[in-house]
Amino acid sequence: MTVTATPSYKWVGTRPVRHDGLEKVTGRARYGADLNLPGMLIGAVLRSPHPHARILSIDTSAAEAMEGVRAVVTGADFPILESEQGGSGEEYVDFRDLCHNVMARDKVLYEGHALAAVAATSRREALAALAAIKVDYEVLPHVIDVDRAMAPDAPILHEDMITEGVDPVPDEPSNVASRYVIDRGDIEKGFAEADVIVEREFVTQPVHQGYIEPHAVVADVGQDGKATVFCSSQGHFMVRSFTALLLGWEPSRVKVIPAEIGGGFGGKTTVYVEPVATRLSQKAGRPVKIVMTRDEVFRATGPTSGSKIRLKVGATSDGKLTAVEGSMAYQAGAFKGSPVSLGCMCAFAPYSVENVLLEGLDVVVNMPKVAAYRAPGAPMASFASETLLDEVAEQLGMDPLEFRLRNAAEEGVRAVYGPIFKRIGFIETVEAVRDHPHYSIELGPNQGRGVASGFWFNFGGSSSATVHINEDGTASVLTGSPDIGGSRASMALMAAEELGIDVYDISPIVSDTESVGYTDVTGGSRVTHATGMAVIDACRNVVADLRARAAMVWDVDVEEVEWVDGRAQHVSGDRAPMTTKDLAIDAAGTGGPITSSAAVNARGAGAAFSTQVCDVEVDPETGAVKILRYTTAQDAGRAIHPSYVEGQMQGGVAQGIGWALNEEYIFDDGGTMENAGFLDYRMPVASDLPMIDTVIVEVPNPGHPYGVRGVGEVGIVPPMAAVANAIHDATGLRLSELPMSPVKVLAAIGANGG
Amino acid sequence: MSRTRVTCTINGDPAEFLCEDDQSLLDALRDVVGLMGVKEGCATGDCGACSVILDGRLTCSCLVFVPEAEGATIETVEGMAGPDGLHPLQETFLEGAALQCGICTPGFLVAGKALLDRNPDPTEEEVRYAIAGNLCRCTGYDKIVRSILDAADRMEEAVPAT
Amino acid sequence: MVRVIFGSALRQYTGGVEEVEIEATTVRSLINALDRRFPGLGGAIDGHIKTDALYERVPEGSEVHCLPPIGGG
Repeated sequence: MTVTATPSYKWVGTRPVRHDGLEKVTGRARYGADLNLPGMLIGAVLRSPHPHARILSIDTSAAEAMEGVRAVVTGADFPILESEQGGSGEEYVDFRDLCHNVMARDKVLYEGHALAAVAATSRREALAALAAIKVDYEVLPHVIDVDRAMAPDAPILHEDMITEGVDPVPDEPSNVASRYVIDRGDIEKGFAEADVIVEREFVTQPVHQGYIEPHAVVADVGQDGKATVFCSSQGHFMVRSFTALLLGWEPSRVKVIPAEIGGGFGGKTTVYVEPVATRLSQKAGRPVKIVMTRDEVFRATGPTSGSKIRLKVGATSDGKLTAVEGSMAYQAGAFKGSPVSLGCMCAFAPYSVENVLLEGLDVVVNMPKVAAYRAPGAPMASFASETLLDEVAEQLGMDPLEFRLRNAAEEGVRAVYGPIFKRIGFIETVEAVRDHPHYSIELGPNQGRGVASGFWFNFGGSSSATVHINEDGTASVLTGSPDIGGSRASMALMAAEELGIDVYDISPIVSDTESVGYTDVTGGSRVTHATGMAVIDACRNVVADLRARAAMVWDVDVEEVEWVDGRAQHVSGDRAPMTTKDLAIDAAGTGGPITSSAAVNARGAGAAFSTQVCDVEVDPETGAVKILRYTTAQDAGRAIHPSYVEGQMQGGVAQGIGWALNEEYIFDDGGTMENAGFLDYRMPVASDLPMIDTVIVEVPNPGHPYGVRGVGEVGIVPPMAAVANAIHDATGLRLSELPMSPVKVLAAIGANGG
Repeated sequence: MSRTRVTCTINGDPAEFLCEDDQSLLDALRDVVGLMGVKEGCATGDCGACSVILDGRLTCSCLVFVPEAEGATIETVEGMAGPDGLHPLQETFLEGAALQCGICTPGFLVAGKALLDRNPDPTEEEVRYAIAGNLCRCTGYDKIVRSILDAADRMEEAVPAT
Repeated sequence: MVRVIFGSALRQYTGGVEEVEIEATTVRSLINALDRRFPGLGGAIDGHIKTDALYERVPEGSEVHCLPPIGGG
């Protein structure tokens, strides 16, 4: 089902088979681990068994002497970078932290922290060499829980960490990296006006992005000192700049060839093994391949934060929000940089509320440094806010969608985090759920229904595109955006629309770092918007060129030439039109090959909203929660390829359901992760889920030529609260801790006199 | 390390190669035979990305030592398309947008084929349980389930009435 | 004139002032003007806020918010 308000397009909005599909259904597509080179060595990484320890010494001499071992590296083989904020597009990192995360120096800060690596002629020999590296540790007390990490006697991870954003500046180091505050209106006045006030505390655990493809890289440093790196990532220009930086090189010394990427969800917007493999290759003089195991992926790559959140909401008896207040503490992992400020900004963003006081604390703890995960920071905050709003609506005796409509943000409303919204489609998503047949299906015993909404900013950023018209009138469209879920098809559709040629006559290509202009990571729901704008601009340049060439052939003014359906037409209609192919064949006679590049630093991404409804059945004997039905409505602005928009919506919901019901990092008392595998880290499988019905709402984004809004992220924001609210509807219980696993649900039923 | 000679049939072709005794069938298929369509997601039998059909049974190739494959018949994603074109599952996966990143797709196609080989007319629930050993993190399974059901319909229509 | 609204993190540089009106035509001239009025603020913005739009024009009458860097997945 699609809600549309639509000018007619020939290609945009259709559902062609994706151009890279054939390779992917026949097993021919090459992912990060699928390249083997002659003479290639296998690399492996030594990781800390301790969550917090001082490295007293590392002795690699025995490993270096072993048969088959060709190179060994430790932290000493990499420069120590100064503290400097930077990044590649949206991904902001402190480079000093990044260099310590990729290879530990004085201290290891989490179980799984890399501290040495080897390259050998086989994996067996590489693993034997790792076992021969002797490390002396002074084990230190560790801390993972956020409250304990903020306690006065907590073990300190970084002796130089002074909390930012606090006045006066603290004298003593702590694990609180920074404090962020949104302070608007008059919070006391807001609560004084409220007839209903609800306050609760919420706890969520770290969860992993769970991409099926582990991080993988082949690095090959040639005799000229230049490196070729083949790997899967969400941005090969990011890999180039970060790898070069961590090796103390200029970026141009590294060429990155993008492999197909087997899922990322934010987790592949930074580097882990890429600089390590490159340094090993440089030392060994041979190509080096490193492929993480699943265990390494869990223990050493970014989960997203666990959190402790306290929120308080006030509303009048006629259902108007008067004040929101609260505090959120997010685990950052071993280095600063949790998405807590984003959580504060997103939690109540769908609503118009004047009095706001929200505090966010970024807390370092002894677990892997968190990485971006789909709408980073928003899901846990919205679990809290949307559960509380449900409770307020219940106390007011008001339908929860009606309550949301009474407070809904729309064009001209000031967002909780400051700016004034342009045209947005939040109300339309609420109405779409309200009017959907799902919302009125009758429920049975032990069944319940819950709704929730969510917000995500969406981003623009830097993108490049090059369009070549081939001699046969087809077009190659080169971009620098890794295709993580069908973006080649979207680029081809927009190019077909602009050029007026068949979508299957477009060849969308993800080019390496030397073949297309710089492009930010595939993240922030930015590719269809920003890279799409670069493609559209390049195509418009090409069309202008084609018109000029037709004018040259006809010896007329270019203003007399129109471009219609891939053909040049003279306004008089008395000349035979010239097709793209006609013009391509004669290109040499009209000025040479037909090609154009364009680049943007895109603005106007346009905010995304989603509203979702979930039906559950709770087994009172086991506490198991079964998802019966699920419907998600999301504003896509303009769906370029509706199937892949639906796919993003459904995928976000499925990840959110996993987060709601099962997924969590479990640590033992020693700070060791106990469930670092897919058997015990339980992601949803097909038999856990129903069909996920989608409603694409299209409220065009004024900041894009076709009205595109990013669709990748917001879908994961509402599910946790939607499930929690449905469980409440079924059982009367308000659960405030994730995951809502059978054990917790059963305990809550028992505590309630079950 | 001594090596063992293994003789088997892969995608209809006779195959013979040397392997280490403790090498997994997954590693041998990828690194010795060169069938890179067989993917590694976990190497513990939990994700199904390495699914193959081994003597007619859906199997995680990461859980099989290569010597166990002696004399076996192995089918991988690379053997699904024939001279007449794609397997109906490959067609419906493409048309139904049942893949996003595509890393799990070979495993789902093989699992889908294993199901349809023994049950040409499955219900939605039967499909969901048949692919419950395969993890997909992108799609939420909706379009995968629909594509397998669509392929079953297509194959049924293609069978001449008797 | 452009209206600039400061988040709490920057108010330590503005002596608690929440918003100002200031003359500026580009993001860069805006940051420079803010730094003249509140010494140290320009560096704080540079350190905390994405400034890759330095030469972007700021239309007369705009409202400018200083937000923390936003990272996507």
